[in-house]
Amino acid sequence: MTAGHSELGAAPGQKQFRGTVLTVRRVDAYYAMTVIAPGIAARFRPGQFVAVAVGGPESSMLLRRAFSIHDVRPDPGGAVEFVFAVVGPGTRWLAERRTRDVVDLAGPLGRPFPVPRDPVSCLLVGGGYGSAPLFPLAERLRERDCGVDFLLGAASADRVFGALTARRTGRTATITTEDGSMGARGVVTDVLSQVIHEARTDVIYACGPMAMLRHVTAMARRYDIPVQALVEESMACGIGVCMTCVLPVIGEDGVTRMVRSCVDGPVFRGDLVRWDDIGTIPFDALGAPGWKPRPRPRTRAGAGAGRAAAERSPKAGRPGHGR
Amino acid sequence: MAVDLRTRLAHVELPNPILTASGCAGSGRELAQFLDVAKLGGIVTKSVMVAPRAGRPTPRMAETPSGMLNSIGLQGPGIDAFLQRDLPWLLSRGARAVVSIAGGTVDEFAELAGRLSGASGVTAVEVNISCPNVEDRGQVFACDPEAAAAVIEAVRGRLRYDVPVFAKLSPDVTDIVSVAGACVAAGADGLSMINTLLGMAIDTQTMRPLLAGLTGGLSGPAIRPIAVRCIWQVHEAFPDVPIIGMGGVSTGADALELILAGAAMVSVGTAIFNDPSACIRILRELDDELATRGIDRLADVIGLAHEPGRMPGRRLSGNVI
Repeated sequence: MTAGHSELGAAPGQKQFRGTVLTVRRVDAYYAMTVIAPGIAARFRPGQFVAVAVGGPESSMLLRRAFSIHDVRPDPGGAVEFVFAVVGPGTRWLAERRTRDVVDLAGPLGRPFPVPRDPVSCLLVGGGYGSAPLFPLAERLRERDCGVDFLLGAASADRVFGALTARRTGRTATITTEDGSMGARGVVTDVLSQVIHEARTDVIYACGPMAMLRHVTAMARRYDIPVQALVEESMACGIGVCMTCVLPVIGEDGVTRMVRSCVDGPVFRGDLVRWDDIGTIPFDALGAPGWKPRPRPRTRAGAGAGRAAAERSPKAGRPGHGR
Repeated sequence: MAVDLRTRLAHVELPNPILTASGCAGSGRELAQFLDVAKLGGIVTKSVMVAPRAGRPTPRMAETPSGMLNSIGLQGPGIDAFLQRDLPWLLSRGARAVVSIAGGTVDEFAELAGRLSGASGVTAVEVNISCPNVEDRGQVFACDPEAAAAVIEAVRGRLRYDVPVFAKLSPDVTDIVSVAGACVAAGADGLSMINTLLGMAIDTQTMRPLLAGLTGGLSGPAIRPIAVRCIWQVHEAFPDVPIIGMGGVSTGADALELILAGAAMVSVGTAIFNDPSACIRILRELDDELATRGIDRLADVIGLAHEPGRMPGRRLSGNVI
């Protein structure tokens, strides 16, 4: 039996697409690219991202760039839009694409934002262009009759992404800039308490730099408000195989694991992420140096019993508390 | 024209020579949304260790010209979870599982081999000897022929006789042929090469190393010429030992280059990060590359570059001579 062409036929490839660029436009300090990708647009849920190959087929840049999806459009046939900043040769190449160029993108990837069942009051906090994924979320929340308030912050006015849309569509929109060029001078956490009080916030959704997410989560805990945080960890593959985008997250069983932000996230419950330990391997994380498995029961049927025992945890270790 | 792509992983026949490279495809599950894992020659799983392991801190990755540095630190769930969850999944999808194992001591490697011996459905074992030997001041097994041989002997001794053992060699040695020879003498049925090369990158803005683990393994097209050289040298010395070639393969022509140097199988690694469906594309491209050269059997071109004057595939047509 030989392996002919028919057997080597096209892969299912349901998550990888070569999409035609519709537009690349400058939005203040950022770029927004819209690509025709019906397969991604149809299945997208807010919080998910695309991983885009950069530099063309002869590129010396091997790693995909991951961007939150900012918008999906029904025409023509389905298109996705993502927002990025030019920070190096890969994003510069993307910014130089023109209408009808083709880019290779994988998506929709990652776990989306969970949305509440009840019509609660939601505060959407964005730092820089981290606000991009919050706008499709806002639409979805409004469909569920949730109140949507925005709190956007950045270094300067041209780095606040979507201020106009936030003002137009949000019940309230509060802006902070570090240089005072738009809204209040300062950072989002300076005004967070006040916004929570005024908007009677029940749930916070946040996306932005790790430091912002850490502070937002810490403040929300004081008010006992749950936070869903979308992390921007750097990734090589975006699909869960490279293991570069890990961060310490407490599991439902109370055990901390180094989990991948691409497939286990990028959206995490803020109180389960060990923000202070990002960039380290916490000593008590599963499999940390010096970590010892509990003895494996000597049973013949026990393949895996050791791990099960090691990971079974006392319910007493309430996730996220006392850290 | 249909090309016969069958190849041999020691005594085990594979339908085609394209495998995933260890550490670049997890245990196959994530890739399944991009391709049919059963269509590949096999899935080489991420190196599994005795216990769960958290790996190294982040940042773990840096992009370099035509390559990348990684410093994952063998993060993984441990052999128990692998046998309970990952291996059965691969088998349920009809994939051929080549299980990569890693350890810090000879005994750990032996224990892993023993555990795999009790599992069914292991097509072959790839022994990742590019790990620090904790009993020898962190000296990497693969950099010392004696230590490498000790690991292979222990694994071979514990594994079922019908499961081939491949030793994965590091290119970071003075003489890869002597390490290869030591592994073969110790009972390796075949050799995998090359593992990543140790590299480093420094951020000129922060003036600090880019990786939290300071050094990392360099992979990608940047290292392909080194892979070709290593495969060439080892195939020259041991023409009968099957080689799984890997190192910067991202097209069918790249795979053919390693095959011409002496590889009977080719693993695809970093290319998967760039193109999740790379393995199936490369398989298709390899088929085309052979067909356009009038070659009807992959087996005819393995190591062909070593034999000036021998041209494959056209034996029967008198008018070309």
